[in-house]
Amino acid sequence: MINMHDILETINMIKDENLDIRTITMGISLYDCASESTERTCRLIYDKVTRTAEHLVSVGCDIEKELGIPIINKRVSVTPISLVGGKYTPEDYVKIAKTLDKAAHELGINFLGGYSALVQKGFTENARNLITSIPEALTETERVCSSVNVASTKAGINMDAVAMMGDIIKRTAYLTRDNESIGCAKLVVFANVPEDNPFMAGAFHGVGEAETVINVGVSGPGVVASAIKRAGECDFSALAETVKKTAFKITRMGQLVASEASRRLGVPFGIVDLSLAPTPAIGDSVAHILEGMGLERCGTHGTTAALALLNDAVKKGGVMASSHVGGLSGAFIPVSEDAGMIDAVTIGALSLEKLEAMTAVCSVGLDMIAIPGDTPASTICGIIADEISIGVANTKTTAVRLIPAYGKGVGESVSFGGLLGYAPIMKVSEYSCADFIARGGRIPAPIHSLKN
Amino acid sequence: MKAVITVVGHDCKGIIATVSAKCAELGANIEEISQSVLKEYFAMIMVVNISDLSVPFTDMVDTMRTLGEANNLDIRAMHEDIFNSMHRI
Repeated sequence: MINMHDILETINMIKDENLDIRTITMGISLYDCASESTERTCRLIYDKVTRTAEHLVSVGCDIEKELGIPIINKRVSVTPISLVGGKYTPEDYVKIAKTLDKAAHELGINFLGGYSALVQKGFTENARNLITSIPEALTETERVCSSVNVASTKAGINMDAVAMMGDIIKRTAYLTRDNESIGCAKLVVFANVPEDNPFMAGAFHGVGEAETVINVGVSGPGVVASAIKRAGECDFSALAETVKKTAFKITRMGQLVASEASRRLGVPFGIVDLSLAPTPAIGDSVAHILEGMGLERCGTHGTTAALALLNDAVKKGGVMASSHVGGLSGAFIPVSEDAGMIDAVTIGALSLEKLEAMTAVCSVGLDMIAIPGDTPASTICGIIADEISIGVANTKTTAVRLIPAYGKGVGESVSFGGLLGYAPIMKVSEYSCADFIARGGRIPAPIHSLKN
Repeated sequence: MKAVITVVGHDCKGIIATVSAKCAELGANIEEISQSVLKEYFAMIMVVNISDLSVPFTDMVDTMRTLGEANNLDIRAMHEDIFNSMHRI
């Protein structure tokens, strides 16, 4: 028997608290698309992606309608393109990017991830060529997302790759300058990148994955914020319990949608990503959850502790709700995609330094942060190196998605619209780290005994 | 197989009749109804059996939504799976 109270609670979560499934992402292996010519590889990739994901959008829409829960995005992730066999120049890679974009348009999906390279220990020639092509690829396509893994706890940090990414990000910003440097919003630099992440821009179909797979990312910051509000003046144990119970319910939705999508598409279920993913909509903010715990503004002292509690409780609640959990799983703290974060930055409560500290206790990293367009490439490399070090030393994923907004400075803002949102430009240190970045080479992998 | 139909809106004559007539037309058997009126607001929850539906369930979802829009009500038909999975371990 279905309990009336439960029915009303579920409907309230969907109707008033913005509960939704953020994405159903189909992972597709492209290993068998290798060929002797770029044209043939492009044709094989287009055919495989459009054939394999042919029913993804329609099945997603059916599930959305039958269960009555919005499924915001249907997306595809593919094998990191630098690993698809063959020998390609940067110009060849741009052609492949355009092919992926065409396939994304044909399928009716809003993003396709996997224009990626894994260079944590060193570059293959293909990886170097793919990275070189990123600015042009992101300029000439609309829906392709790119990521580069530059470090891992086992391999250390490839500082040559970090140094390269500073220039790549700057050039991407320049080439997409007529559109608020939006190319940079589709480019992520990772440490310890997860291979089954359904969220963009960092999604790709990892090397150990099956031929095809369905991964689902849930959302629901608004539901958690409301639950905390209802919990009132309780202590931290009760607060954590409230978050855990709510995360359980949210994740059950993800698990249901994932298994339904997997069954109807005849594609194995991979994972549910437990992340709390905010949107710029009012009532869908991670910052407002933290403020609901008793902080006057997100970014003040106590924010890191509040976020650590939130992140841990979300995982504890979510793990029991799903048979397989993976991806990034935690709270996202993108600036431009979160109304509370935007407000906190605008009034000066939240700085880049505090965001960096927060990333030590939650998923992802410095995400969707706009910085002045004249920031030197070496400074961007320094920001990347700092953030990546947090991931490497703490055996966790961290990432950097910076937008050096071309022609703009502190006090101005960039607006991307839609889920990507709006970002006030944040101040970066004016002191140089150019000589540090110029050293090149690798930072050795950290030791994992003698923990201090 | 069951579905839950919820109806929320300003109270007016014949809401239950309108919704249950549509259920009968589509082949949904009403198994349970709970309804209350708080001041001028009307709220009804119906559990219906959709095993013998004459149309695909997605069509019923659309029909109910359209019926709601025509009568200034919020009518949702949702598969029972969503409630069972969220509230039962």
